[in-house]
Amino acid sequence: MPHSAADTVIPLGLGRRGLKGVVVQVGAESSSSTLAAGELERRLLEIGFVEGALVEILHEGPMGGDPIAVKLDDARVALRRREAQAVLVRVSS
Amino acid sequence: MTDAGVFPDAPNQEPVRPKPDSMPRVALVGPPNCGKTALFNALTGSRQKVANYAGVTVERKEGAATAPNGERLLIADLPGTYSLRARSPDEEVTRDVVLGRLTDAHPPDVVVCVVDATNLRLGLRLAQELKAVGRPLVVALNMHDIAMRQGIDIDIARLSVELGAPIVPTVAVRRGGLDALLTEVARLATRAPAASTWHVPNVTELRAEHKEADRIFKAAVTPPKRPDTWTGKLDGVLLHPVAGSAILLLVLFLMFQAVFTWATPAMELIDGGFSALAEGIKAVLGDGLLSSLLADGVVAGVGSILVFLPQILTLFLFIILLEDFGYMARAAFLMDKLMGGAGLHGRAFIPLLSSFACAIPGVMAARVIDSKRDRLATIMVAPLMTCSARIPVYTLVIAAFVPRTSVWGMNLQGLVMFSLYAAGVVSALLVAFVMRRLIWRGGSEPFLMELPAYKRPDAKNVILNLWLRAKVFLTRAGTIILSMMVLIWFLSTFPAPPPGAPGPAIDYSLAGIIGHWMEPVLLPIGFNWQIGVALVPGMAAREVAVGALGTVYAVAGDDVGTLGNVLASHWSLATALSLLAWYVFAPQCASTLAVVKRETNSWRWPVIMFVYMITLAYLASFLTYTVARHFGG
Repeated sequence: MPHSAADTVIPLGLGRRGLKGVVVQVGAESSSSTLAAGELERRLLEIGFVEGALVEILHEGPMGGDPIAVKLDDARVALRRREAQAVLVRVSS
Repeated sequence: MTDAGVFPDAPNQEPVRPKPDSMPRVALVGPPNCGKTALFNALTGSRQKVANYAGVTVERKEGAATAPNGERLLIADLPGTYSLRARSPDEEVTRDVVLGRLTDAHPPDVVVCVVDATNLRLGLRLAQELKAVGRPLVVALNMHDIAMRQGIDIDIARLSVELGAPIVPTVAVRRGGLDALLTEVARLATRAPAASTWHVPNVTELRAEHKEADRIFKAAVTPPKRPDTWTGKLDGVLLHPVAGSAILLLVLFLMFQAVFTWATPAMELIDGGFSALAEGIKAVLGDGLLSSLLADGVVAGVGSILVFLPQILTLFLFIILLEDFGYMARAAFLMDKLMGGAGLHGRAFIPLLSSFACAIPGVMAARVIDSKRDRLATIMVAPLMTCSARIPVYTLVIAAFVPRTSVWGMNLQGLVMFSLYAAGVVSALLVAFVMRRLIWRGGSEPFLMELPAYKRPDAKNVILNLWLRAKVFLTRAGTIILSMMVLIWFLSTFPAPPPGAPGPAIDYSLAGIIGHWMEPVLLPIGFNWQIGVALVPGMAAREVAVGALGTVYAVAGDDVGTLGNVLASHWSLATALSLLAWYVFAPQCASTLAVVKRETNSWRWPVIMFVYMITLAYLASFLTYTVARHFGG
């Protein structure tokens, strides 16, 4: 998936380190998380993943690049790529 | 997270309630990492009581504070949560206390919502939920100094108007704003609560609350001119795939060094002290039954547990420092993939690490894991990590049976010791993997965790938390563990041998009878009845088996060299290796089982733990013995 092109929307779970963008959808179906879709959506919302939030992938885990650490507005959050699939991001750079 | 309760409870006891009905009750609620526990410590000092909520093993922390007008307030520190919609037992307690649903706790007269001034949005969303509850609400804008230093400009008056609740800036670690907060709380305490309109928010309402939080935020907060770059820079190193992993290993290595070397002098001191005390008692009281109960049962029993206090405190000093600094979340991030492979949560890393010193603090530290299943899986495998009580047994057997030669340039004895450690780690991961497949199929919790900003640990807070930790351990040693010790002393002492009987006294006791009775079962794994007899008192704590073997073979228990020679002439190599395999798995620790019972609040889990561990131990010993015999051991 071309991550660099402007206005591309990708699941956060596919992003590489350095990806910056705006959250456009939370609770997308593409996640393979074992949680029920609604439950995952709520948890993501509760920790601050909400449409319009600024997001940037800061770090990738040492083994297989998973989990990822992201800057989410003023906070830093770590999550597995599996759950990050449910967050769609409009890439800004 | 200190907020979520790394520091578990003391045994059940009634929290202090000087004037239950006259003192206004104040509940501290806030998201994890908002500095809520530090604020609670600053408000109540060491005048806090830690107990349990009825029926659940969630800690109940309460303490009294005095407002500037002289009014006394009863303050409760509730587990950290992002929402009143509870997902874990800890969060359920927060919800039920705030909503006044608990039968054993009055609903709070005032709710204090603690928010991190440097990370406001999440707190502002939670504050809206708390407003809906209808009880008088004050927002403590915590870590206000850090926000100011970063140049975050917060218009407090505006924030208060937009949110519709009074706001008091606080700096918990330097006691800033505490009087103002208490004054505000005392003022609101007389107000009657409104009816609660709170209900579990659906995703649409969550989004609306976020939008509202964002609106309030934009109206009252000017973003920093100098954002916090320290956390970013430190993360650049500490979360780096190579450098970060190397630093994590270094931290672990330091921790082990500390636990195994720094703690030794203190341990020897305690050990010597209790031995002297036991001898003193025997010298004064003579050889009677009472003297034996006091010296061999009570004093030796408590001593054999207290001797681990220096290790436990050293270990927890490290854990508290790393936790307060903000590193533990990073360690969990780095380890998550490895742990996740076994079906464990990244945070399971902390309790499993603690278990290398002793499974008891390890099991207690499993509270850092929110999900019940993940927590149970962690508790169940924690005793497989090689705790320090196994070391005396390993050392004795290895010294007696493994030659002091070199293999590929490495000391063979050291190599055997290392492989026993490795066997513990690998089997723990395997057992966790199998359990997640068999018992809790699917349903693995997501790894979704805030990485808090780095903070310098506050010395006072660290010492207070360490003291609470020591208190918990000591109370426990004084109750559950002591009664176990006395029971095992009873088994090893009664009935007394007939007068003039040959052989050691323990041979005639209940322990001896059980040992003989077990012989046919133990034969296939190469254990003789002497080992069987030693295994009974060895249930108290693993290292007690060394002393028990000494008693059975009528050798002075402390003289390990002599005992080793005796064992070498009585046992085959296959028997020795089989005993080592046994000790990797066997649930030879009554205290661990007792703590698991307490932590899970049911007998089910300690029973499952005992059964699976003893099955694995028997199979491993049988396999080891059979294979070793085959090769002529």
